[in-house]
Amino acid sequence: MFDGISTQLLMGQVLIGLINGSFYAMLSMGLVIIFGMMHVINFTHGAQYMLGAFVAWLLLNHLGIGYWPALVIAPVLVAITGMILERFLLRPLAGLDHLYSLLATYAVALIVEGLVRYQYGSTGLPYQNPIPGGVNLGFMFMPYYRLWVVVFSVVTCIGTWILIEHTKLGSYLRAANEKPQLVQTFGINVPKMMTLTYGFGVGLAGLCGVLAAPIYQVSPSMGSSLMIVVFAVVVIGGMGSIIGAVATGYMLGVVEGLTKVFYPEAASVVIFLFMTVALYLRPAGIFSGKEQN
Amino acid sequence: MVRLLLIAAAIALLAVAPFQFYSVTLMTIMCFVVFACSFNLLLGYSGLLCFGHAMFFGGAAYVTGYLLKSTPLSIELAILAGAAASGLLGLFIGLLTIRRQGIQFAMITLAFSQFIYFILLQAPFTGGEDGMQAIPRSPLFGLFDVADNGTYYYVVAAITLISVFVYYRVVHSPYGEILKAVRDNQPRVESLGFDPERIKLLAFVISATMAGVAGGMKATVYQFATLTDASWPISAEVILMTLLGGLGTLLGPIFGAGIIIWLNDYLAGFGEWALISQGVILLVVIVFFRRGFVGELSALATFLASRRKGEAKADAPGQARAH
Repeated sequence: MFDGISTQLLMGQVLIGLINGSFYAMLSMGLVIIFGMMHVINFTHGAQYMLGAFVAWLLLNHLGIGYWPALVIAPVLVAITGMILERFLLRPLAGLDHLYSLLATYAVALIVEGLVRYQYGSTGLPYQNPIPGGVNLGFMFMPYYRLWVVVFSVVTCIGTWILIEHTKLGSYLRAANEKPQLVQTFGINVPKMMTLTYGFGVGLAGLCGVLAAPIYQVSPSMGSSLMIVVFAVVVIGGMGSIIGAVATGYMLGVVEGLTKVFYPEAASVVIFLFMTVALYLRPAGIFSGKEQN
Repeated sequence: MVRLLLIAAAIALLAVAPFQFYSVTLMTIMCFVVFACSFNLLLGYSGLLCFGHAMFFGGAAYVTGYLLKSTPLSIELAILAGAAASGLLGLFIGLLTIRRQGIQFAMITLAFSQFIYFILLQAPFTGGEDGMQAIPRSPLFGLFDVADNGTYYYVVAAITLISVFVYYRVVHSPYGEILKAVRDNQPRVESLGFDPERIKLLAFVISATMAGVAGGMKATVYQFATLTDASWPISAEVILMTLLGGLGTLLGPIFGAGIIIWLNDYLAGFGEWALISQGVILLVVIVFFRRGFVGELSALATFLASRRKGEAKADAPGQARAH
């Protein structure tokens, strides 16, 4: 089966898969966190990811602020806009059918993407690689920056998982998700927690955007093209599970990379093919413990 | 009687419209009216938000176009075949997804539509990025020449009328009532001995078939099928049309499709503003006018009527306030 396929090509695609998977994992984790707490499918997520990259680009080109400060500043800025959005748009819609918040976030995504495209055109803008160079692993050349992205995203995912599953704050979050009224009576401000949760999830998207800027071009459509894959990841992983989202994200990134080696024509559909099979076998998602209700 | 007069007026309006407006624009609007009706049947009457309805629309456009290009099938049969193909696709996808509800359903259908999009992008007969071009308009029933837009307009109008009538019949049948009951209270319908999943699946298949009629029709109007028709912005556009017109109303899709297509035409020269304005309209509708254009109008009419009645019987106890 491996005849005619060099290790170099194989490892190269696995690495590209892991990098794409890092973005899938981080973005779907943000989506799952927001969904778990607020039952909102955040269609703005792609636009917020794109905003992260754009803010980094603007900081560099207009204020001379480089990559490392931008890695902190851009996600915070995006998170702030997210919290404003939550407070003034999503909260008034919270009591209605969840479909309305889904469509509202979609509408915001349309507006944001349209405005950015209006201002900067639809061509990609380059962002300088902050860690040039790489290391020769013998079988392939590994750019430092890509290594950094993979390591950073693994650390972020583990950190977030620990934050939510193993800290007091996380237990409040999970409790508020189950019984908001009860948690409120313990003196915890549930609406504020929701705003912060949304801000956190959106901040993760912004962070992803800054990470992506040096690899992919900074363009208005960078989010919307990625988002559908991320939605598929969330569906496959099971809508409520952080581990499911992260593991499925990396897994599908690698599956996609490997498909490019063995059967390039199928690379763009393999994730959806995977989803169809997964849905058929485990309708509630492959990482969900419980059966479909 | 009033209803008959209204229908006659609508038909008369349809008949004279091309003398006043550009017939291709009118035909586009009608294609989207059928498409929006199919979508409203799903979201408005069964509560299923399909975020990938473009796969039925665009898929049927390709099937219809392919049949017209490579077989001697007459135009109405080709459109029907396209619709049947969409119905089959709907059956397959419905079987896999109908048990999921709300947002999960939305996301899964979105992912499936992307799947179909990539298949259409890569399949050998679709022409890839360029789309399928030069689709002939073979004679209607094998007899009547419809190559001219002016003639074809009346064919499209007839198909649209039939489709809207089918939509009306489905919604106002006993089946339509059960569909609404499933939307409002699924466990109760189940306890009455119905199988809600089968009821919803049937709605999904009918809706997919109708979307297929719309897609096939659009392929014959423009004489090409493009990937855009199967892409997810089109799915979102039909959601916008339905919400803007009024969810779960009969006339809503007609107004919604008309307004959006007209707006797209009008804003076509302003670049990104078409997209931005769609977002703004969607946002305004969701936040302020959730009943949509027709819904708000009929609510206003009910309110005015009840107030007039209220003045007549001012002393009537327990007067219900229209809201």
